[in-house]
Amino acid sequence: MEDCLRLDKITKTYQDINGETMAIADFSYSFKKGTFVSIVGPSGCGKSTLLSIISGLETQSSGTIFMDNSVLHNNKCNIGYMLQKDYLLGWRTVYQNILLGIEIRKMISPKTLAYADELLHKYDLYEFKDSYPSQLSGGMRQRVALIRTLTVNPDILLLDEAFSALDYQTRLTVADDVFKIIKAEGKTTIMVTHDIPESVSMSDEVIVLSNRPSKIKSVHKIHFNMENRTPLTCRDQPEFSKYFDCIWKELNSNG
Amino acid sequence: MDKCVISNERKEYLRKRKQNIFLIRFTQFAILFAFIIIWEVLAQTGIIDSFITSSPSRIVNTFINMLSEGLLMHIGITCLETLVGFLLGTVIGTLIATILWWSPFLSKVLSPYLVILNSLPKVALGPIIIVWVGAGMPAIITMALAISLVVTILEMLNGFMSTDENRIKMVRTFGANKFQVFTKVVFPSNIPNLINAFKVNIGLCMVGVITGEFLVSKGGLGYLIVYGGQVFKLDLVMTSVIILAIVASLMYHAILLLGNLISKKTNWR
Repeated sequence: MEDCLRLDKITKTYQDINGETMAIADFSYSFKKGTFVSIVGPSGCGKSTLLSIISGLETQSSGTIFMDNSVLHNNKCNIGYMLQKDYLLGWRTVYQNILLGIEIRKMISPKTLAYADELLHKYDLYEFKDSYPSQLSGGMRQRVALIRTLTVNPDILLLDEAFSALDYQTRLTVADDVFKIIKAEGKTTIMVTHDIPESVSMSDEVIVLSNRPSKIKSVHKIHFNMENRTPLTCRDQPEFSKYFDCIWKELNSNG
Repeated sequence: MDKCVISNERKEYLRKRKQNIFLIRFTQFAILFAFIIIWEVLAQTGIIDSFITSSPSRIVNTFINMLSEGLLMHIGITCLETLVGFLLGTVIGTLIATILWWSPFLSKVLSPYLVILNSLPKVALGPIIIVWVGAGMPAIITMALAISLVVTILEMLNGFMSTDENRIKMVRTFGANKFQVFTKVVFPSNIPNLINAFKVNIGLCMVGVITGEFLVSKGGLGYLIVYGGQVFKLDLVMTSVIILAIVASLMYHAILLLGNLISKKTNWR
C-alpha cells in the first residue's frame, strides 16, 4: 500500500515562563492509505499535540511532514478532525451544522451540497436535517459531527478521543457506526485514545507512545481471523485479549 | 384519548397554582391602591402638608395641565435621547469589544484604563462634557454614552473571551480564519450576552439622560423634575417622577421584547 502521510523526525517543545517542555521527541511514522491507526499512550504524553500538528493547528518545532511523498508546507492538507465532543452549534440546524465546514472553506457548490445530502441519507439523519442539536441524542450528535467532518471530503481523518464524552453503551455503538462509515468512505484515519479495547477493536495498527517527551515505544499490527470485522464483533475474538494484554503491559512498563 | 383525562390531583394542582398567581396580583394592586388612598386622605385631612408631599388628586390635575403644556414633547425628548444613547452605546461598545477581542495586545494594554474608566463616577465628567460638546442634546447623549459605553465594552469583551475554546478549535480544524472564527462562533455564542447588555444599557442610558438633563437641558422629564424642584412645585416633580417610572419600565419591556425577538430569529436555544 502507498504512503498517504509520512511524519519524519517530528519534535515539539512548548515554551512558558517556567521553562520549556518537550512534548514530542523524534516521532517518525508512515501512515498507509486507507488504514486505521490508533495512538495510545499515558495521559499528557502529547498524543493530541501530534494531531494538532498534523492538522496544522500547531506547527512542529522541527521535522517534516510528507503528504503523498511531497513536503507539506504550513501543514495545509485536507484533513478532517473530530474532537472529544461534537461541539455542534446550537443555533444552527443539523443541516446548517453539517455545511459549516464547506461554508468556512468556501466550497459550497451543487456538488458538495449533493454530497452532504447523500451522507445524510446514507447515515439515517436526513429526516432530522431541520432539527436542532439539542433535540438529538448524544450518539446522533456525534454522527452529525462525523458527517460535518466528512462533508469537506478529507484525505485523512483525525479522531481525538472522539468517543470519550459518551457513556459506555452509546460509546460502543457509536464507535461501531463511525467505524462502518469510515470504512465505507475509505478514509485513512488516525485516532488518539486512552482506551485500549477501543484502539484494538477499531485499528489496523496501534502505536504505543512513551511518557513525555513521547517517542514510539512499539507498533502492533492488529489482525483478526475473520471477514468484515467490526469493532463490536472482533471483541469476541480470541486474539482480542491477547492484543489487549500485550498493549496494556507495555503501557504500564516504565522506560 | 388519554390526554383528555386529567387526574383530580392535577386539577387540584392547577387550581392552587391559579389561585396563588391571582393572590399575588391582587396583593400587588391592593398595596398600590391603599397607598394612593392613604396618601390622598392624609393630604385632604391636613395631616401631611400637600405643598411638600403633593397628593394623588393634585398629581392628576398637574398631569392634565401638563398634557396641554407640551408634556408629550418632554417625554419624546427623554425617549429620543435615551434611544440614541442606547444605540450608540451598544453599537460602539460591541465594536470596541470586537477590536479588543481581535487584538489581545491592545486588550491587555488598555485593560487598566478600562478598569479606571469603569470605576469613575461618570457624572463627574458632566462639566467637561458641557464645555466640549456644548449645553444641549448632544451633551446629554454623550452623558448617556459615557455611562453605558464602558460597561458594554467590558461585558461583551468578557463574553467574547470566554467563548468555548473547543468550539473555536472545531471551526479552526476546518481552516477558519480569525474573521470566520468571530462570525461563525464567537459572535453567535454571545447573543445572550448581547441581549443582557441591552437590558443593562437601557437602564444606564436612562440614568445618563436624566443626569444630563439635570445639568444642561431645556426640555425632557429630567428638566421638568429639576425645574419643579427649583421653583418648589412638588406637584410637578412628583408627576414627572411617576411618568418617568412608567416610561422607563415601558422602555425596559420594549427591550425585553426585542431581546426575545432576536433570540427567536437567531434560533438561540
